[in-house]
Amino acid sequence: MSVSETSVLKFTRGHRLQHDRVRDVWLIQAPEKAFIADPVAAAILRLVDGTCPLSAIIDDLAASYQAPRDLIATDVQALLASLLDQKVLGA
Amino acid sequence: MNFAPPPMSLLAELTHRCPLACPYCSNPVDLERRAAELETGDWLRVLDEAAALGVLQVHFSGGEPMARHDLPELVRHASSLNLYTNLITSGVLITEATLTALDEAGLDHVQLSFQDVDETGAERIGGLRGAQEKKLAAARLIKARGIPLTLNFVVHRENVARVPAMLDLAHDLGAGRVEIAHTQYYGWGLKNRDLLMPSAAQLEASTEAVVKARARFGNSLAIDYVTPDYHADQPKPCMGGWGQRFVNITPSGKVLPCHAAETIPNITFPSVATEALGTIWQDSPLFNLFRGTDWMPEPCRNCSLKEVDWGGCRCQALALTGDAAATDPVCARSDQHVLVVEAARAGHDGDFIYRRFARA
Repeated sequence: MSVSETSVLKFTRGHRLQHDRVRDVWLIQAPEKAFIADPVAAAILRLVDGTCPLSAIIDDLAASYQAPRDLIATDVQALLASLLDQKVLGA
Repeated sequence: MNFAPPPMSLLAELTHRCPLACPYCSNPVDLERRAAELETGDWLRVLDEAAALGVLQVHFSGGEPMARHDLPELVRHASSLNLYTNLITSGVLITEATLTALDEAGLDHVQLSFQDVDETGAERIGGLRGAQEKKLAAARLIKARGIPLTLNFVVHRENVARVPAMLDLAHDLGAGRVEIAHTQYYGWGLKNRDLLMPSAAQLEASTEAVVKARARFGNSLAIDYVTPDYHADQPKPCMGGWGQRFVNITPSGKVLPCHAAETIPNITFPSVATEALGTIWQDSPLFNLFRGTDWMPEPCRNCSLKEVDWGGCRCQALALTGDAAATDPVCARSDQHVLVVEAARAGHDGDFIYRRFARA
């Protein structure tokens, strides 16, 4: 599955991003498991809210991290396409 | 004592009461009665302590957890603590009203058990007439409300031939996941072991069915497949290691590293009625008994896999060898491996001993 700059994604029911205060990590909670979101993935996923299109998320990250936009766009699209494929995210 | 990272999962066995009588039930042979069950307030406090300790997911189980009328209140409280809430249920008490209450309380996910796809086979295992129809209706209600659903099948020699149909049913009902778990032989399952044990050929056919279904369904159905220990020569990392990830609380409040741990002799079982969960997890003799690798005998002690399988299963070692600290006999390096090899060949049909409360 692919995503484009106009895609608007959200976490599917049964999946969510949450900060684990005890271990100080970001996690994706899923049925019967939780997986750690590394700092880059967490920064991206915190902006996935079911209303912002990908283009806005990429703009936001490019500004916050002062990084080239196309580099950010590649990372964001790869991560979100993979999570969409695993049904962690949905359209 | 070993420093222990906090637990990830809490299995809250709210009650041992259950309308079903499956002969492989994971509850202990000595079932706890209603009068011994924790009160609502005790569970609310336990959930607070679990969240503070670092638990991420709470699995409300039993028995049949829906036999507790305070279940929606417990789910609501767990959700408010940002715990991921999972209901493990037989489904026979699910109605539009009971499910709505749980959904509104914030329930994240349901694991619905089926004993078979064939009604006669299912009801022979569960011992409750009409159960299959109720379960199918429950699955449809869960889907209609949009709650993520996993179907659980325990498989054994009487139903394992129908694994392909189980996978199809999960797909047809719109479950996102299905668990095909070969029976574990503790407690009730151990009493009925030979009557449940699949042959090597049955095991092979079930594994092949899972491989085919994974190719056919792809990401539309996640399949968790649990292979049977007795046909293996390397043990599983039981519970992800003793006292490392998982904590189980019984209806009366006993805190255990796994469901079968009450079989371990000569140790006190700590309780949330008298101690804080964090203290029990970190400091109790029970949780430190087989934590880490210091307790291991040879050949585990010098084995390169000791931090992979964590020595396998202590309750299985106890059940088969009489010594909970022995090498898990599932391991080909155990000098008692022949015990599982022989048991794996001993399967035959017969009459089950069903899970029941002992006569008072």
